Amino acid sequence: MRTPRLPAAIAGMALVLAACQGGAASPSHSAQASLGDGEGALNLVIWTGYAERGENDPAYDWVTPFEDETGCMVKTQDGTDSANMVQLMQTGEYDGVSASGDATLRLIAGGEVAPINTDLIPNYANIFDGLKLQPHNSVDGVPYGVPHGRGANVLLYNTDEFAEAPTSWDVVWESDSPAAGKISVYNSAIYIADAALYLMKHNSDLNITNPYELDQTQFDAAVELLQQQNEMIGEYWATAAAQIESFAAGDMVAGTSWQYQANNLTDSPVAATLPEEGSTGWSDTWMISSRAAHPNCMYKWMDWIASPEANAQATVWFGEAPTSQAACDAAEEISPGHCEAFHATDESYFDNIWYWTTPQKECGDDRGAVCKDFTEWTTAWQEITGS
Amino acid sequence: MTESRWLRIGLWAATLAVLAFVYLPLVVIAIYAFNASDIQSWPIPGVSLRWFERALADGAVRQAFLNSVIAATAATSIALVLGTLAAFAVQRFRFFGREIISFVVILPIALPGVVTGVALSATFTTLGIGFGMVTIVIGHATFCVVIAYNNVIARLRRTSRSLEEASMDLGADTWQTFRHVFLPSMRGALLSGGLLAFALSFDEVIVTNFTAGAGVDTVPLWVLSAIQRPNALPVVNVVAVALILLSVIPVYIAQRIGGRAAR
Amino acid sequence: MTTAPARASGPARRFARLLYRHPRLQLRLLLAAPLLWLLLAYLGSLAVLFANAFFRHDSFTGRVIFEFTLDNFAAVAGTEVYRTITLRTIGLAVLVTLVCTVLAFPIAYTMARVASPRIRGLLVIAVLMPLWASYLVKVYAWRTMLLGNGVLDWLFAPFGVNAPGIGEGALLLVFTYLWLPYMILPIYAALERIPESLLEASADLGGRTGMTFRRVVLPLVLPGVVAGSIFTFSLTLGDYITPQLVSNTRLIGNAIYDTLGVPNLPLAAAIATIPVITIVAYLLLARRTGAFESL
Repeated sequence: MRTPRLPAAIAGMALVLAACQGGAASPSHSAQASLGDGEGALNLVIWTGYAERGENDPAYDWVTPFEDETGCMVKTQDGTDSANMVQLMQTGEYDGVSASGDATLRLIAGGEVAPINTDLIPNYANIFDGLKLQPHNSVDGVPYGVPHGRGANVLLYNTDEFAEAPTSWDVVWESDSPAAGKISVYNSAIYIADAALYLMKHNSDLNITNPYELDQTQFDAAVELLQQQNEMIGEYWATAAAQIESFAAGDMVAGTSWQYQANNLTDSPVAATLPEEGSTGWSDTWMISSRAAHPNCMYKWMDWIASPEANAQATVWFGEAPTSQAACDAAEEISPGHCEAFHATDESYFDNIWYWTTPQKECGDDRGAVCKDFTEWTTAWQEITGS
Repeated sequence: MTESRWLRIGLWAATLAVLAFVYLPLVVIAIYAFNASDIQSWPIPGVSLRWFERALADGAVRQAFLNSVIAATAATSIALVLGTLAAFAVQRFRFFGREIISFVVILPIALPGVVTGVALSATFTTLGIGFGMVTIVIGHATFCVVIAYNNVIARLRRTSRSLEEASMDLGADTWQTFRHVFLPSMRGALLSGGLLAFALSFDEVIVTNFTAGAGVDTVPLWVLSAIQRPNALPVVNVVAVALILLSVIPVYIAQRIGGRAAR
Repeated sequence: MTTAPARASGPARRFARLLYRHPRLQLRLLLAAPLLWLLLAYLGSLAVLFANAFFRHDSFTGRVIFEFTLDNFAAVAGTEVYRTITLRTIGLAVLVTLVCTVLAFPIAYTMARVASPRIRGLLVIAVLMPLWASYLVKVYAWRTMLLGNGVLDWLFAPFGVNAPGIGEGALLLVFTYLWLPYMILPIYAALERIPESLLEASADLGGRTGMTFRRVVLPLVLPGVVAGSIFTFSLTLGDYITPQLVSNTRLIGNAIYDTLGVPNLPLAAAIATIPVITIVAYLLLARRTGAFESL
């Protein structure tokens, strides 16, 4: 289900660019120099569960203390996938976004986000080095955001149907799967990478080295796998709430998901696991809009979300790895063993997790510019799901 | 034609069946509004009023409701004015392009909401109009015009001009005739058109999605975001129940006035 | 004896006399506001949108590039999935219209001709009230009912039948449900307008119920049916929320919306021409049957 808000169309933005070059809405492309007082409001585009105010569980609330301390009243808009977040940011109506790696570079290239001045964010210094100044959140050594956390896409399964946790993703790919007809996968073009990952591990002839860098042959194979899966699909989910409902009702028994869904299905016979092939995943970064109406509030938020207590709550709630040792220690109090479970300090674990990245024509290796780019992924996805 | 007894029984049976079909989901919604759990399973595990408490305490819901009422009132007023003007012009005069007007008027409501929404928001951005209540009202008024237009023009067709001519023969000028003769006879059409337009504007989600901007929520927009958050969903049922109960008032009024005006 | 009102020669009266003497001016004033709104604002916006269909698109940043191209239309015409989706959507819209008509007729007829005035009033209220229940909530309620272990499973369990679950059948069901009042009302209005004398005359001339129905009632009701069908057809054609919530199928509305979300506005605008042309054609056809007077 993809039913988020689309406050303004992209056409308008483009026409504005043409019509008023250097008009009122000129974005800033340099980092803010100093921090002033909060503006009293903050509009964020978030992944579901990234900004809780105690509605779901009174113990998990890192927004209300923020509002009390800074006076910035937070308003959030859930994004369904990265493309949706890019498009929401293009409207210029939001101050910041928790962008995954397949949105960050697009936002930077499109001028939607501004670099950050890390001097204005005291908690930035404590963040794990493995998360800072990465290819997906920095350009030429200039940081573009504050990491929120990272995690993997997990296999969600019904424990009545599967007495033991499945060890392989084949339950969602192979036609003889016991879950056929009740499979629930993510409704986004980026899911093609999951097909590529499966092929990477099971079909060495294709020589796939990176599930986001697919040339024609590899891409066709992935699409074919997805079309095979399409016969067995129960639903393509766009919001966590929809998938939670389907699994709770028992309509779906296996699928790609986030730990967040599993955390919300504790009353149902549902659990999550990470199969042996590894998985795709994401490393999320808070970025500030280049047209932010409330930049000071956004900086305060970025500092807040990097602080140990807030980051601990946020990452325990969603089910992902915290961003600093201090956050890990704080998370230990809320949920003992959290950091080990999510491998927060184990960089080698994340070698097996392929962060969402925007596919581009340039393969990045000696094949040259023959890979499929995001438009082609999107078109293929529309064909797979539309037929 | 006098229908045979069997035919009447059949018709009533069909009517009741259709009504049951129509009200089944509404009953389910009402039941879920009292759900003790936050997951919508069936049958519900227990009865609880916690969602009602939540809804009453939730400032966002109240604000959304207020915004919806304001937007609908403004849009309806504009639509009534524009629709009446256009209806009067089309009905009373002959001019080039008369046919086109009735066609163009219906377009905003007939074309897909996506198309209308994107088109309007693109224009707003180009003209530099900030998104907010104003843009919402503009969007709503645009597709509500046809409702007012249709109601008024239907009524105009049924009224003869003789009343107006008599009024003017007696010495009243255009304004007085308008105020004392025309408007009262239109009252029924305006009221029923206005109520229908209000309902349409209150419940509209797709065009509003595109024209609202980040800051303003109407009830449908709030519902749209709430059904994506697992624990906000049950509050939606409460809001829906409240809306249905509240709606009895305007529907009843419309029926009374509209019924009387038709005589 | 009543005193005549003071005939002040104020500007208002002068203006009123001016209007009376110059009907064309009156007309122009009347039309100014609505035309400005509809033609400039609305049609202008549509033009802006469809102009974008002729521009190029940068896939990485998602922005529109102002170079003329027909690629978007070529893509829409050439890719098979758009043909599939278009046919599927139109087919569904027609089906929904037919089912709605069949369901609406008995109740509209009962309301118009069988029920006593008081019951009729109640029935009208009963039909109108669901229009006020939020569209989104109704769709989501159906989604919940259709999922396994939901209300429908519980209701049909004694008959040994399972709930349909989400899918294309659910789409037909939910669309029919949503637009039914829009079909009932015009048919009811049309039926109500048929003078009793016509039907009596038909009976006097020897027509039995069936023949009266076919020869007298149906032709008179047809504009009402077409008026209702304008709603059921166009509302189904443009909807993207219901397909997302109660099915896995994608209709034209979804294609447009998803393409907007890439973001790829030029392609979305090109796709949007399909439903617009379809609906305009349908409206033109509908107008000939006189449906516009029955809305």
